[in-house]
Amino acid sequence: MTELSKTGAAVGEPVKGPSDGSTAFLDVRDLKVHFPTDDGLVKSVDGLSFSLEKGKTLCIVGESGSGKSVTSLAVMGLHRLGARGKNVRMSGEIWLGGKELISAEPDEVRRLRGREMAMIFQDPLSAMHPYYTIGSQIVEAYRVHHDVNKKTARKRAIEMLDRVGIPEPGKRVDNYPHEFSGGMRQRAMIAMALVNNPELLIADEPTTALDVTVQAQILDLIRDLQKEFGSAVVLITHDLGVVAEIADDVLVMYGGRCVERGSVDDVFERPQHPYTWGLLGSMPRIDRETSERLIPVKGQPPSLINVPSGCAFHPRCPYADIPKGDVTRTVRPELQPVGSGHFSACHLSAEDRTRIWTEEIAPKL
Amino acid sequence: MISYILRRTLAAVILLLVVTAVTFAIFFLLPRLAGQTADQLAQQYIGKSPTQADIEAVKQNLGLDQPVYVQYWDFIKGIVSGATYDLGPTTAHCSAPCFGYSFKTHVEVWPQLTDRLPVTVSLAAGAAVLWLVGGVTAGVISALKPRSFADRTFMGIALAGVSLPMFFTGQLALFLFTFQWPIFGREYVPFTENPSQWANTLFPAWCSLALLYSAIYARLTRSGMLETMNEDFIRSARAKGLRERKVVVRHGLRAALTPIITVFGMDLGLLLGGAVITETVFSLHGIGEYAVQSIRDNDLPPILGVTLLAAFFVVLANFLVDLLYAAADPRVRIS
Repeated sequence: MTELSKTGAAVGEPVKGPSDGSTAFLDVRDLKVHFPTDDGLVKSVDGLSFSLEKGKTLCIVGESGSGKSVTSLAVMGLHRLGARGKNVRMSGEIWLGGKELISAEPDEVRRLRGREMAMIFQDPLSAMHPYYTIGSQIVEAYRVHHDVNKKTARKRAIEMLDRVGIPEPGKRVDNYPHEFSGGMRQRAMIAMALVNNPELLIADEPTTALDVTVQAQILDLIRDLQKEFGSAVVLITHDLGVVAEIADDVLVMYGGRCVERGSVDDVFERPQHPYTWGLLGSMPRIDRETSERLIPVKGQPPSLINVPSGCAFHPRCPYADIPKGDVTRTVRPELQPVGSGHFSACHLSAEDRTRIWTEEIAPKL
Repeated sequence: MISYILRRTLAAVILLLVVTAVTFAIFFLLPRLAGQTADQLAQQYIGKSPTQADIEAVKQNLGLDQPVYVQYWDFIKGIVSGATYDLGPTTAHCSAPCFGYSFKTHVEVWPQLTDRLPVTVSLAAGAAVLWLVGGVTAGVISALKPRSFADRTFMGIALAGVSLPMFFTGQLALFLFTFQWPIFGREYVPFTENPSQWANTLFPAWCSLALLYSAIYARLTRSGMLETMNEDFIRSARAKGLRERKVVVRHGLRAALTPIITVFGMDLGLLLGGAVITETVFSLHGIGEYAVQSIRDNDLPPILGVTLLAAFFVVLANFLVDLLYAAADPRVRIS
């Protein structure tokens, strides 16, 4: 008998994927997530594509409102639930292990949620129910997808708490979230997310609400667990320090679109987009001896209702006038390969980009 | 925990003493401050053209010849240890807790209260079940589909419910279902005698009272649920892959209901002190009706008794709410 993987495809068989034969574990194609509001259509994500293999970590970076979280909630299928679920407009394709999620039945996606793909959130205090013990919340997560009795599930919960480094898990399992410290709560949250061995873990700013020493511990934990379980990890952050530490690939979002995508080396060593330069310039670096001020990206994040024409970044881009004519103001740049597995959406010519990066930006970092 | 209960009990006793003192002062001290003499006070409890001897006798019987603080002390003493009253030719002993004799009807107050209490409890309890179930259900449905047809219908009914006075809805229910189409009985029957008859008679009163309250609870639940369903922990519950029904009930409603406990306890406590208008409309001889009748007669001991009983229920409800709240929300600790 063929062993079936969680998505139902036989193990060993190539997973079904998009028509072009891509076999990436997570493959997002031209994802659009729009929210109609009284003020107009909010285009939170407007044509985003990326893919991710198992065992790899993708970091999505960008400022607030760039569409990072909306993307992750879209993958989890969480936008369509609740009272506001009817309003959201989603299009594109999200392939997970050979299954397309946007066209799938809601209940099918629900069954994948928590088992095949799990998520941890920014603030573990508000993300856990205040009235239930840590243990019962993990037990609940396990029993949704496993037909076991409470005792077995509780054993599993204690095992997971132990695995994420909670001391005395047999005792702490009966604590309430408010009896845990911030770092412990995030550990418990991770235990809850990983209790079903999901193959995709999405972490939405998992360290933002924690203090710095705990941040490093949590990142280490995520990295260790990823090695152990071989899952794919999407980590959303605006902390480039975190990215440098944990990412295999980086996706830079601006105004609901991807402006640059590549390996962590490509993006940090050979960034090809002015917005990425801006992000790097605004990051404090401990390894550089400098008393210079950080350079902020000037201006405001773009409106997602009236997205600037042409390149959405052009109003803030110091190099918008270099390309000839008004191409930056009228034509939306598409992602172009700028290296092997490295893409950038910018009207600047390759020569201009290389020159500006090597002569103007890199020396100042 | 035990010291907490002791402290709360002591505080409750003090509060009840204050309540009796204030009530006492309103009915006994104020008329004297306004210039009425003991004779004039005594006169209203005697028939027409009394003789001076009659007045003196009544004054003495009712204790009106004493200073107010002595009267108050005698009253409190009666509650604790009982009292003996000189009723002219005979003396009567009323054992503790003695709330005295009615000035008008010369009937002991306490048995009156205990006779009437089951009626009021029946009314309040039945209505409470209805309004809690009805209000919360309507509120949840409204919150899950805001601005839907169901939401607008429920909230419309709720608006009507809070706006229509009891003497309208009550009379209407009475007229339609007891007289026009006599589905329900007219005469109150104690639960212990015939439970189905008891429920049958009380049903219109329950519904009228429940409509009034469930309107408030529907709105409370709706706003509570709308807020809760936007919480992060709801998103976490969904991210686990829970069915939406379970997300709503186990995670949403559980959190939204807790504040409603507080309101519910207080409402129930207040109602047990007598649903004055409802009891009057439906001719139920409960605590509220007793209060109205006594106030009309300026009959002090029953007024004091009812006030004390009502205050007792409010204090008790408050206490139970605190305990319940601590049980419901693990973040709350009693100390």
